[in-house]
Amino acid sequence: MDTHGHGHDAGHGHGEPTSFWRKYVFSVDHKVIGIQYLITSFLFLLVGFGMMMLMRYQLAWPSPPDDFDPEKMSLVRSTIAKIFGDKMEYGFMRPDFYNQLGAMHGTIMIFLGVVPLGVAAFGNYVLPLQIGAPDMAFPRLNMMSYWVYLVGGIVMMSSYFAPDGFPQSGWTSYAPLSIVAPPGQTVWCIAMVIIITSSLLGSINFIVTTLNMRAKGMTLGRMPVFVWAQLVTAVLLLLAFPVLEAGALLQLLDRVAGTSFYIPKDMMYGSTVFPAAGGGNPILWQHLFWFLAHPEVYVLLLPAMGIVAEIIATNTRKPLFGYREIVGSMVLIGILSFVVWAHHMFLSGMRTSLANLFVTTTLTISVPSVAVLTCLLLSLRGGAIRFNTPMLFALAFLPMFGIGGLTGLPLGFAPTDLHLHDTYYVIGHFHYVVAPGSLAALMGATYYWYPKMFGRKMNETLGKIHFWMTIVPMNFIFFPMLFQGMWGMDRRLADPTLQWHNLPVQGWSVIMLFAACVLLLGQIPFLWNFFWSLRHGEIAGENPWNATTLEWACPSPPPHGNFVTPPEVHRGPYEYSVPGHKTDYWPQDEAA
Amino acid sequence: MSTQVAETSTGISHAKLGIWTFLASEIMLFGGLVSAYVILRSGSAHMAIPPREMMGVPLATFNTFALITSSVTMVLALAAIKVNDMKRFARFIGMTIGGGILFLCIKSYEYNHKWHEGITLSSNLFGSFYYTLTGLHVIHVIGGILLLLYILVTGLNGAYDAHNHERVEAAGLYWHFVDLVWVILFPILYLL
Repeated sequence: MDTHGHGHDAGHGHGEPTSFWRKYVFSVDHKVIGIQYLITSFLFLLVGFGMMMLMRYQLAWPSPPDDFDPEKMSLVRSTIAKIFGDKMEYGFMRPDFYNQLGAMHGTIMIFLGVVPLGVAAFGNYVLPLQIGAPDMAFPRLNMMSYWVYLVGGIVMMSSYFAPDGFPQSGWTSYAPLSIVAPPGQTVWCIAMVIIITSSLLGSINFIVTTLNMRAKGMTLGRMPVFVWAQLVTAVLLLLAFPVLEAGALLQLLDRVAGTSFYIPKDMMYGSTVFPAAGGGNPILWQHLFWFLAHPEVYVLLLPAMGIVAEIIATNTRKPLFGYREIVGSMVLIGILSFVVWAHHMFLSGMRTSLANLFVTTTLTISVPSVAVLTCLLLSLRGGAIRFNTPMLFALAFLPMFGIGGLTGLPLGFAPTDLHLHDTYYVIGHFHYVVAPGSLAALMGATYYWYPKMFGRKMNETLGKIHFWMTIVPMNFIFFPMLFQGMWGMDRRLADPTLQWHNLPVQGWSVIMLFAACVLLLGQIPFLWNFFWSLRHGEIAGENPWNATTLEWACPSPPPHGNFVTPPEVHRGPYEYSVPGHKTDYWPQDEAA
Repeated sequence: MSTQVAETSTGISHAKLGIWTFLASEIMLFGGLVSAYVILRSGSAHMAIPPREMMGVPLATFNTFALITSSVTMVLALAAIKVNDMKRFARFIGMTIGGGILFLCIKSYEYNHKWHEGITLSSNLFGSFYYTLTGLHVIHVIGGILLLLYILVTGLNGAYDAHNHERVEAAGLYWHFVDLVWVILFPILYLL
C-alpha cells in the first residue's frame, strides 16, 4: 500500500533508491536530506566562526602601537597579513573589510548556520520519526528545499568576488546605507530571496507532515515537545519570511531599477543629491526587516527549547514538568513574536505611545519564555539525572538562555534601550541566547540523535571535553561584552580605541580573543569524535538512551520508510518511571 | 473522495493542506508589499498619484472582468471532473487558461501605454509601486497558466476522475488566489 497517497509528488518514484546519486546526493529521503543539511550547516557555522576569529583578532589589537615594527611581527600577524593582503595590511583590518565580515558573520550564522541546523537538519531527520511517519509529506519538495538552500548559500558567499567584496551594511542591511553600498549588497538581496524560497518550501512541508502524517493514536496532545516546537517554528517561517522577501525585493529594485522605496526626497550622498525620484522612507525597510527578524529570533530558539525538553525528559527518567504549559507557552511565544518587532527600532525614533505599545508586548512575551524555562528547570527536580554529554549541553542551556533572556529586559524598555542599543551590550545579549543557548542545545542534539543517525554512539570522554571547552570560553567571550556595552563601547567599530571612553574596557577584548581561541580548539575533539565514531563508536541498538518517543522505535539508522511495521501510539511522550511498569520507561508505541 | 484522504491524520489531502499553507505565505508576501504601499501612500509627501484618465480605468475594469470570469470557469472545470465529464473539464480548463492569457495581453498593452505616458518604474513612487505590485501579480498569473497547462495535459491523459482530482482542486485554489490579489490591487492602484 502506498502510504503517501497521490499527494503532489509523494506517490511517484519514491521506492527504495538504488544508484549512489539517488541514494546519497539527490535523495528524497528525509533522513539523507537531514544529514545533508546537518553537514552543510556545520560547514557554514565554521565559516562564520572563522570570520568571527578574524574580527576578534582585530578587536584585541585594533591599531599598531607607537613602537610597532613591521620587521618583528608575530607569526600569526605576518601569516594573516600574507593571506589577506591589502585587506589586512600588517594584520590590521581595513574598516570596510571589518564591515564586510560583520555583515557576513551575522547573515551566515543566522540564515545559513543555526536556522538550517535547528530546523532543517534535526527537524527533517527527527520530526517524521517522532510522529511515526515513513517520510515527509512532499519528499521531492524536501529535496528541492535543500538544493535551493545550497545554491542560496553559494550565491551569498560568491558576493566576495563582487567589486569591493562582501556586502557591508550589516546583516540588517539598513537602508539607505544598503542602497548606496557596493554591488555585494545586490548579491545579498538575490541570495536572501533564494534562501527564503528554500525556507518556505521547508516550512510548508513541515506543517503538512506534522498535521497529516501522524501515526495512529498520535494525537496533537501526544506529540513530543520537539514536534510542537518545529510546528510553531514552521508557522513563524511561513508567515514572517515572505515579508522580508517583499522587503528584499524592494531593496533590490531600489538598487538596480532606480526605484526609491527607501530613498527619501533629495537625499544627499557624498556632496551630491542621490539620483533617484525619492519620496520613500528608510524606516519602511526597518519595519519590513524586523517583522521577519523578530520571529526569526524565536525560530532560532524554539527548536532548541524542544531539543532541551527531549533530552531532559530522557535523562531525568521522569515526565516533563508541565507538558501542556510548555506547549501552550511555545504557541503563545509564536503568536506574540509577531507583535514585538518595533522594539528593535526605539532608537530609530517613534511616537512615545507606539513605543509604549511595543514595550508592553515585549515584556509580555518574556512571560511564556520564562514559563518554558521554569518548567524545564522544575523537570529536573527529583529526577535520577544521567550526566551524559547531551544532558550537559541541555543543562547548560538553562542558565545560558536565562542570562540571554534576562539581559534582554533592559533592551525591551525604551528608556534603557536608548543608552544600550548601539553598544556591545546588545551583542552580548543576543549571543547569549543564540550561542551558549541555541547552539549548545543543537550540539547536545547532535550527541543525542547521532546514535539514531549512524547506529553508533559518540565518545563520551571527548564529548565532555568538547562540552567544557565550549561553554566556558563562550562565557568569557560574551559576558565581557555586557560590561563593555554598559560602559558605552559602540558596536560595529573596527577600531573602538579611536573613542577615548572605550579605552578602560579595551583589555577585555584581549581576554575575549584568547577565549575564542580556546573555543576553536574545543571544536577539534568534536569534529574528531564525529568522524571517528562513525566507525569506532559503541554500537547503539534501537534505543540506546532507553527513551520513550517514536524515533527510538525503529532501527538505527532507520531503513528507507523508517518503521518496519507502522507504529501505533498508546500514550503520551514522556512516560518515565511509571509505578508498576516493568522498566523505567514506557515507549509510546508499546502495547499496554 | 479518494483513498489517500482517509490515510491522512486530518482527513484533508496533502495537496489541499499544502496549497492552503502556501497561500498563507503568499498572503504575507503581497500583504507586506501592499502595506508598504499603503504606508507610503498615506505617509509620503512625494507620492504623486496620476489622474484617473491616465490609468485607463475602463480597460482595467474589463481586465478584472476577464480574470473573474476565468475563476468561474475554473469552478466549472472542477465541477465537471467531479462528475467524470472529461469534455466539459477540458473545455473549461482551456477557457480558464484563455482568460489568463487575455489578462496578460491587456496587461502588456497597458504597460506599454503607461510607460509611454511617462509612468515608469523609476519615474516616481507611484510608478514604482504600480509596476512592482502588478509585476509580481503578473508573475503569479504566468505561474498559474503553466500550472493549468500541466493540469490540462495530465487531465487529457486521464490523470483525474471523479474520485481523484486533488490536484485540479489545488490548482483551482491557487488560481482563485491570483484572482483575489488582482481584485485587491485593482481598486487600490486604479480607483482610490
